[in-house]
Amino acid sequence: MGGISMEPMLQGRGLGKVFGAHQALAGVDIDLFPGEVHALLGENGAGKSTLIKILTGAYQPDSGAVVLEGAEVAFRDPLQAQAAGIGTVYQEVNLVPNLSVAENLYLGHQPMRWGMLNKRAMHDGAREILAGYGLEIDVRAELGSFSVAVQQIVAIARAVKLSGKVLVLDEPTASLDRAEVESLFEVIAKLKARGLAVVFITHFLDQVFAIADRVTVLRNGKLVSTQAISGLSRTDVVRMMLGKDVVFAHSPVTEIGASGPALAEFKGLGRKGSVAPFDLTLHQGEVVGVAGLLGSGRTEMARLMFGVDLADTGSISLGGPLTLRSPRQAVAAGMGFCPEDRKVDGIFGELSVRENIVIALQAKLGWFKALSRDEQDDIAGRFAEALDIRAADHNMPVKLLSGGNQQKVILARWMAIDPKLLILDEPTRGIDVGAHAEIVRTINRLREDGLALLVISSELDEVVAYSSRVVVMRDRAMVAELKGADIAPQVIVQAIAAQEAP
Amino acid sequence: MNRSLRPLAATAVIFILAYAAAAFQFPTLVSTRVLGNFLTDNAFLGITAVGMTFVILSGGIDLSVGAVIGFTGVFVAVMISWGGYHPAVAFAIALAVSAAFGAAMGAAIHWLKVPSFIVTLAGMFLARGAASVISADSIPINHEIYDWISQAYWKMPGGGRLSMIGGVMVLVFVLGALLAHRTRFGANVYALGGNAHSAELMGVPIGRTTILIYTLSSTLAGLSGIVFSLYTQAGYSLSAVGVELDAIGAVVIGGTLLTGGYGFVAGTFIGVMLMGLVQTYIIFDGTLSSWWTKIVIGVLLFMFILLQRLVFRAQAARA
Ligand SMILES: Nc1ncnc2c1ncn2[C@@H]1O[C@H](COP(=O)(O)OP(=O)(O)OP(=O)(O)O)[C@@H](O)[C@H]1O
Ligand SMILES: [Mg+2]
Repeated sequence: MGGISMEPMLQGRGLGKVFGAHQALAGVDIDLFPGEVHALLGENGAGKSTLIKILTGAYQPDSGAVVLEGAEVAFRDPLQAQAAGIGTVYQEVNLVPNLSVAENLYLGHQPMRWGMLNKRAMHDGAREILAGYGLEIDVRAELGSFSVAVQQIVAIARAVKLSGKVLVLDEPTASLDRAEVESLFEVIAKLKARGLAVVFITHFLDQVFAIADRVTVLRNGKLVSTQAISGLSRTDVVRMMLGKDVVFAHSPVTEIGASGPALAEFKGLGRKGSVAPFDLTLHQGEVVGVAGLLGSGRTEMARLMFGVDLADTGSISLGGPLTLRSPRQAVAAGMGFCPEDRKVDGIFGELSVRENIVIALQAKLGWFKALSRDEQDDIAGRFAEALDIRAADHNMPVKLLSGGNQQKVILARWMAIDPKLLILDEPTRGIDVGAHAEIVRTINRLREDGLALLVISSELDEVVAYSSRVVVMRDRAMVAELKGADIAPQVIVQAIAAQEAP
Repeated sequence: MNRSLRPLAATAVIFILAYAAAAFQFPTLVSTRVLGNFLTDNAFLGITAVGMTFVILSGGIDLSVGAVIGFTGVFVAVMISWGGYHPAVAFAIALAVSAAFGAAMGAAIHWLKVPSFIVTLAGMFLARGAASVISADSIPINHEIYDWISQAYWKMPGGGRLSMIGGVMVLVFVLGALLAHRTRFGANVYALGGNAHSAELMGVPIGRTTILIYTLSSTLAGLSGIVFSLYTQAGYSLSAVGVELDAIGAVVIGGTLLTGGYGFVAGTFIGVMLMGLVQTYIIFDGTLSSWWTKIVIGVLLFMFILLQRLVFRAQAARA
């Protein structure tokens, strides 16, 4: 973008926000020009979401001003920002699950006829809009009955529809697969050509370099700098975010085969319509990576292994035969499971960081052996440090933490029960680069401690970095098991793509 | 089938079966005459239940409606019998008062962030207390308009009479269904019941919607109080005690989820009819104590809550 004499579409001037005693944002300036894609970067808790919530009326700034096309504005709520042409996908849940897809797309802006909702026009319109994202679904069906990815696309489609001037996307790609990300990028390119300003928050640096024109980096609530992407390298960006260099611990695991005795055996485990029967043996001190596209049955497999869904075939042995009727039995047998969609499945928003961390351990011990407050503080403190969880105080409600820090809390919860077998579904989603490396390190450390881990991940570089074995899922079946030298991104990609329908 | 339709379908099926069974035993139940009485006798409950449907859909509860019915009855009776006002004037003022009362409760729920349960419980004591302060005794209403309205009816085919107040209830149901399913306000109510935080981020005017919901519920309770005074030709401060619970019962039996977000106004109609049917059956039978009505309704309620649990659990497990 040129933008020499161009006027910014939306500006934040010296924005500041204080939560209690915590300065979440201090004196941040940001300019968004028409026709640019502006990436907003920073570690978990850097203040990215807080900044866009102020720009879009969800929060009121404690200092500074928001300026839209040269005129100062004070949005009292997101509705006013919408009316001014700013569409937003917030990081947290964005839609209501009980309404239909079409109703979610049109809520507040429904087409009317004779003073009544024109449902026909709404359904036709919704179908057409979603077709633009390559989504052909029954728009009259309840939103909650669709996958997280579909819901995310609907949320994006709604924001795009409402954005006449500015589109704000806070980690919109966290639950999308490659093709979905591509189609989102096409849409963004079109909006950019139409002269919208697009703000894009993500922890995927590849995506930043793929579409952003400029980047603004925040650190600890302060502006580090705003620069054109053209002059930057990945290392520059990471250095700006962290204030130091990180070394990626990408030393492939070589001393495999050395894994200990078999710990758990899953034989012919399967569930109709969910996952075809599969065999899997996990050894002590081994990390099994699970690769596959979204919807390939990866998550379903983990849910069967943990007893969330009941298997209709197969057997499990974990220190003796085990029949799982519920996750509680799995926990009792020494398993832990950190689910993919932590927003929905994992967080107890009202409870404190400490309580969220100790809850699984407490449940495992049974409620008669209550952990004392000191023990709880000790455990929470230990894991918060190990995972670098940034919270002003361990007694604050988890819902007030930044998105990435909430995810680390759930990870800590399962590590705290000291499991023999830990299942992690996309443990690094929405987690910043620094913490990313930290989690990879943690996985390796747990392996050295003799745990068996099953880690589902879409990021092949990462899978390669910690797996002693990789199983590949496709079309709801386990299609390959890779060992040794085969554990390389190209081989995995081939296994995922092999014989796929054109 | 859409999961929110399942409890509705279940209610409809149960109603048809129960009606068929009752009709088999008492063939006279199948007549427009019985239907007419049915509508008249349940008019005040039905009107209240429509308002309650909106409240419950939004994830709230309104415990004040029975007291508002009682208060409105006394208020109208005092204005007409003691004050000498024309009933039309009395009705208009009574509706305005109940609307303002509901708006105030809605505002308290939204701005003070107090659960609706608490606010409307306070509202219940307030309205019931105010009614007793005005008059602890029953006040008869004698006015030609009252006689005229309570005798006005439309003769249905088959000789049954659809009374004016029965007709008002049917009209309220039709308008309520349109409001819930065909307007932006209705969509906002469902959104609020689904996830209030998301709804707010999506730009739903949470405050205005909440205030309107409780205004609607109270206004309909006021209307129901007027209908009740037409039905009994009197105003009494202790009338309609516990009607809020009957209304909640009708809404839940009608397939609306008590936690909000799912349900239909039409379901509430069937819920009211099912409760009326149980009552009518017991009257026809003649040997059963009227307390059996409560027991049967209790069992029905329990069944429905169980059913909803199962339907929504099964869905959650598949998702
Ligand atoms: N409502 C709130 N009350 C108290 N503290 C809050 C609130 N919202 C955010 N915070 C704090 O403000 C800081 C910035 O949070 P923010 O959500 O903006 O981070 P972020 O950059 O979006 O991080 P992430 O990448 O993890 O999403 C965090 O330390 C968080 O705990
Ligand atoms: Mg954030």
